[in-house]
Amino acid sequence: MPKLRMNQAIALALREEMERDPTVITFGEDIAEAEGPFKTSEGLLERFGPLRVRDTPISETGFLGAAVGAAVTGLRPVVEIMFVEFLGVALDQVVTEAAMMHYLSGGRLNAPLTVRASCGSGLGFGCQHSQTLERWLLGTPGLKLAVASGARSAYGLTKAAIRDPDPVVVLEPRALYGRREDFEPGENAVLALGVGELLASGDDVTIVALGQTVGIALDAASEAKGWSADVIDLRTLMPWDRDIVKRSVARTGRLVTVEENQLTGGWGGEIVSYVASRCYSDLRGPVMRITAPDVHVPYGSELEAEYLPSSPYVAKQISELISTDKVPGHWWEDAR
Amino acid sequence: MSSPVLPDKTEVMPDAVARRLALTNDEAIKFARMVEIRLIEDRVIALFGEGLIPGTTHTCQGQEAVAVGIAGATRPDDIVVCTYRGHGMALALGVTPEAVLGEILGRQIGCMGGIGGSMHLSDSSVGLLPTFAIVGAGVPVAAGSALTSQVLGLDNISISVFGDGSVNIGGFHEGLNLAAIWRLPVVFVCENNLYGEYSRIDRTTPIEDLALRAAGYAIPSETVDGQDVDAVHSVIERAANRAREGGGPTFVEAKTYRYAGHSRSDKAAYRPAGELDAWLRRDPVRLYGEKLIANGTLDERAIERIWSEQREELEATLERVLASPRASTADMFSRVQASGD
Ligand SMILES: Cc1ncc(C[n+]2csc(CCOP(=O)(O)OP(=O)(O)O)c2C)c(N)n1
Ligand SMILES: [Mg+2]
Repeated sequence: MPKLRMNQAIALALREEMERDPTVITFGEDIAEAEGPFKTSEGLLERFGPLRVRDTPISETGFLGAAVGAAVTGLRPVVEIMFVEFLGVALDQVVTEAAMMHYLSGGRLNAPLTVRASCGSGLGFGCQHSQTLERWLLGTPGLKLAVASGARSAYGLTKAAIRDPDPVVVLEPRALYGRREDFEPGENAVLALGVGELLASGDDVTIVALGQTVGIALDAASEAKGWSADVIDLRTLMPWDRDIVKRSVARTGRLVTVEENQLTGGWGGEIVSYVASRCYSDLRGPVMRITAPDVHVPYGSELEAEYLPSSPYVAKQISELISTDKVPGHWWEDAR
Repeated sequence: MSSPVLPDKTEVMPDAVARRLALTNDEAIKFARMVEIRLIEDRVIALFGEGLIPGTTHTCQGQEAVAVGIAGATRPDDIVVCTYRGHGMALALGVTPEAVLGEILGRQIGCMGGIGGSMHLSDSSVGLLPTFAIVGAGVPVAAGSALTSQVLGLDNISISVFGDGSVNIGGFHEGLNLAAIWRLPVVFVCENNLYGEYSRIDRTTPIEDLALRAAGYAIPSETVDGQDVDAVHSVIERAANRAREGGGPTFVEAKTYRYAGHSRSDKAAYRPAGELDAWLRRDPVRLYGEKLIANGTLDERAIERIWSEQREELEATLERVLASPRASTADMFSRVQASGD
């Protein structure tokens, strides 16, 4: 099995989908000649030429809007947003235009476009280049939202997104681009949107993680003393896999989400509220969210490492939850 | 009426303001400031290589004359809105090397206490708003700070500095249009260094002379040799006077070049052979030194002395900066909201 870095897995997924379907095109800032600021489009310009692989000016509204127009008229554009924050200048095209196209055309049109964006903390870029920002998109009907957790899921989700008839945003945690993972590419590796994956099983708690926190949750579970956990990579936030979570909680009786985002408005709120209301009788303790504090992502590696939940911290919080049946305070509640 | 971002007149004059005022009308100090910027930016690249600078960093070697030209022709109470490529602008405006390097290195001694980093410098004592890391975002903001001057009847102006890559984004166009229709006291300065990240301007923009962009908004424009600090000074001075006198915005295109890559370890292999060398032959720091020798302000020895003094100062500054602690956990929680301070 090849050991691919996440950025190579993405480039491979793009190459294969462009080979498979001549309507797939890709554009973004410095993705053609320079092969992407994070090398996620290596070899594409050479293989497919400048008609299908394009550099754009710095004009996100322009090229996202163009992707919407191309998508409703027969192409399958894959657009790269270098840092997810830059979606801010063009959010209209995603949430108000692309996401409503099918609905407003009476179901006659659809906008099969894929927006890929790097996200997340861990590389010391400072507060305007380190957020995950799923919450900007969460709860937008008509839109799908997936988050990669490594090379394998980036590959599988990118391919699924390109083939999907709806607009899909795929977030790629930037800190994972250089990490390698063993997997067999090909049709069997295409993932279904809306389906989570059980990555570890245990008896005492269900840990739901996403993107960069998947690895953190797995490490926490493997370091755990006196308890064992189901670890679920949710993979897609819209739609999210209620069944896998429900089934797991029915066995473990406890739910913990591990999120990279700040506490307020994070995706975990949706998961815990669903479980608390719909799986109430399965629960033997309170639901718990582990998140970053409600502050901006700090500059510099050490503070950033404190900001993001670490695996020892996750393990400690869960141990306390299990031993006391109470949700322990967040680390910053004592640290302040 | 006074502007909320300007220092209280009764305060002791902040170091940055003193450094800014010293620059005005003193050619030797202007030259020294350009040398300071060059040396600091070269050192920033080295420090990045040593792993002491987190994330990324964008340096401005080759563009020193634009920054110093702007700073010399404007006042400390003018508002400056610029980009992540802002180390030189901050230093030119007077922000101390300690505050700039400290911030880039994430130290408490930095101008934002080490929590902002290389892309986010600021110092309200010299009107520098936190530098903008989102392309185009600063342009309408500068229109807004100029609106404050107009509404409050202040005679300060705003200066908006951005790159050639910014002229294709909505914020740029919307900001220019507002400034034009409201006749706002703002000077737009486009640092045309020919590249936006790894793309040469001819790949992203259908015109070479970006001053043309202003015509569509009926904003008068001037194009200036960005390697000539005096030329930049005169153009900015004219535009600033116009703005102060109620004549509305001006668009200035400064033709310049960045010697280093876009950021971090970018080796800029996308540049055609010989291009960098051609620009190095018109190095703004050397050109100004030669001019000052020719007009008798300085001699060779004085020039040498300025370089060596600046080198020594940089070493001393760096020592203080590296002795300063990094931003702490508590810093992460402070200043998130004005109401919580
Ligand atoms: C909205 C947005 N899109 C993309 C970027 C990424 N980016 C940062 S700098 C840059 C190039 C900007 O070029 P230019 O305006 O010429 O300024 P220079 O870097 O040359 O000073 C790009 C594309 C960004 N910061 N913001
Ligand atoms: Mg440029």
